Amino acid sequence: MCSRPFRLLDEQFRDGELCHDCTRWEEDPDWQGFLQKNTSIFLYNDFLKEVMAKYKFRGDYVLAKVFADYFKEVTKGWEADLFVPIPLSEERLYERGFNQAEAILTEAGKMPTDILSRVHTEKQSKKSRLERIHLPQVFQIDSQTNLHGKKVILIDDIYTTGSTLRHAAKLLKQAGADTVWSITLAR
Amino acid sequence: MRFQIKDEKLIPQRFFTEDSYRITQIPEILQPPLNPDFPYSRELQQILAGKQLLLDDIPHPLDEIQSHYENGYITYRKGIDYIGKKPMCMRCGNKDQQLFAIFHCSRCGENCFYCRRCIMMGRISECTPLIGWNGPAPNITLPQKIMAWNGKLSEGQQVASDKVVEAIWQKKEWLVWAVCGAGKTEVLFAGIETALAAYKRICIATPRTDVVLELTPRLKEAFPEIRVASLYGGSTDRHLYAPLTIATTHQLLRFYQAFDAVILDEVDAFPYTVEESLQHAAIQARKPSSAMIYLTATPNEKWQRECRAGKRSFTTIPARFHRHPLPIPEFAWCGNWQKQLQKGRLPANVLRWIKDRLESGKQALVFFPHIPLMEKALPLLRKLDSRIEAVHAEDPERKEKVQKMRAKEVPLLLTTTILERGVTFPNIDVAVVGAEDLIFTESALVQIAGRAGRNKDYPDGVVTFFHFGKTDEMLKARKQIVTMNREGVKRGLIDI
Repeated sequence: MCSRPFRLLDEQFRDGELCHDCTRWEEDPDWQGFLQKNTSIFLYNDFLKEVMAKYKFRGDYVLAKVFADYFKEVTKGWEADLFVPIPLSEERLYERGFNQAEAILTEAGKMPTDILSRVHTEKQSKKSRLERIHLPQVFQIDSQTNLHGKKVILIDDIYTTGSTLRHAAKLLKQAGADTVWSITLAR
Repeated sequence: MRFQIKDEKLIPQRFFTEDSYRITQIPEILQPPLNPDFPYSRELQQILAGKQLLLDDIPHPLDEIQSHYENGYITYRKGIDYIGKKPMCMRCGNKDQQLFAIFHCSRCGENCFYCRRCIMMGRISECTPLIGWNGPAPNITLPQKIMAWNGKLSEGQQVASDKVVEAIWQKKEWLVWAVCGAGKTEVLFAGIETALAAYKRICIATPRTDVVLELTPRLKEAFPEIRVASLYGGSTDRHLYAPLTIATTHQLLRFYQAFDAVILDEVDAFPYTVEESLQHAAIQARKPSSAMIYLTATPNEKWQRECRAGKRSFTTIPARFHRHPLPIPEFAWCGNWQKQLQKGRLPANVLRWIKDRLESGKQALVFFPHIPLMEKALPLLRKLDSRIEAVHAEDPERKEKVQKMRAKEVPLLLTTTILERGVTFPNIDVAVVGAEDLIFTESALVQIAGRAGRNKDYPDGVVTFFHFGKTDEMLKARKQIVTMNREGVKRGLIDI
């Protein structure tokens, strides 16, 4: 479900068709059913880590074009009403100069729909899974876009605990979205 | 970031406004006059003197930086400028249009060109100012005694050392062409001492981090009371202002008209020779009127030609510190060694050479042109002695293996060109297998040959180039070594 390569995962972390991590999410009544599936384009390894650092932290925008080609390949045949990039906080956006998820959409020729924004701005990567899950909603929906019956695809750079995407998915579903899928560069 | 122009000053704007510009679009950047009464920040002075930094590099808030600019202490320069219609990066000198890219920038709200060549040092785009210092230089107090080194120079070193002192005073360019093992570093000491005494700011730059790490303790020991900044990727000295800086050539990209003398060590080493940005960085880091000293054992062909034609000022140190001649490489044809290796064999003469060393217990370095072939040879040789090791650039255990070689726990070390320079083992023989390969240039071969006979107790060493057809580079390398020995004898620097 989270696009973790199953054959690389030890038996003890599997629960039938799902990995242990996804089971945990789906057993939690507060979170089950919001994110229908995630697709990650690459496995996070040392090489990708370096490329991502160059893209995200050094800000080498051109790499968005490279990623966009893979993005198009993977999303071929998907029918979606809206592509929604996970937003950055205002400070972070200024620091980086561009939103790395949105840039991939743009370069792939898809129209990004910016309906989400961040409520507050502490760095995610400094928190544990538990802290992330129990965070109050980190996003809010800004526009009046009608989400009823829509199929929405979220875009983010890395799937780590899945909490960012699930926070966003929950919000979109509660606002009426029919299905929410997500796609990330790395898992 | 954008700027408004108001009362002959630039006023920074965080976001897009109609009446503001990106710094690249401002025809002339106005510099307010220096206000001598302004209580400037000593910390900013330390961080910025002689530098060109991005806002993100500076830990101080923009307001503080702006007030220093308004009082004439800080300069804003364009990160990207246009030469005609083409962008150029003012930090790394990039003019190659393929190394620029464009993106929609949330800092200026426009489509913004940025330089990809130096992006590892932080992104420079059309809306990025380079921040520098225009106030007085930080005060330096000198100790009573600047230099603690009291070793003695060889005759050859002394001549070169005097020339370095002269070049620093007269702000000239000078090449010191010193054979491997001549003792290059000591040649610099007198020059550095007189420069420091005259409150000059000096930099020793080298393409390799290894060399920075090796030089730093030696210089700290020679100048114990002088503050030394040691700069490489990830170094903690990045904001340290020091009269003596030792840096990788990459780090010079952050300097602007900082040094009265730049000493470039191992100029012919990768990556300096192939990356234009580093050559640009070395020039930018010098003050407009300053000295430049080049140190190398192996200047490239162009430089050698210029030296012979009298177009480049230089001094040679043709002999080693221990007054013995350089070992002259022997050539030995070894047939199609690659094909033999594919079949799981080594050429007979190579094998003989190695067996001789193992039997007599003399350590040896054996160079290979490529990693896969070296790794083919390793198991074959381990049958002779299981302690034999192989290293290459990406080897995580590189340091440990070199250490084991030093401790004589390894009888024979196979290596790629990574160990061609910088490493010293006291008593070894050296072989190159496949010396005809393009990777073995004249300078690589001279450096490799220079690994043998370094120690005064073991001044002899055998150097053998096994080849499948002699190349010009091999011949040039041998000729260079023979010429140096001849000059050493003529100048009385070698005992016969």
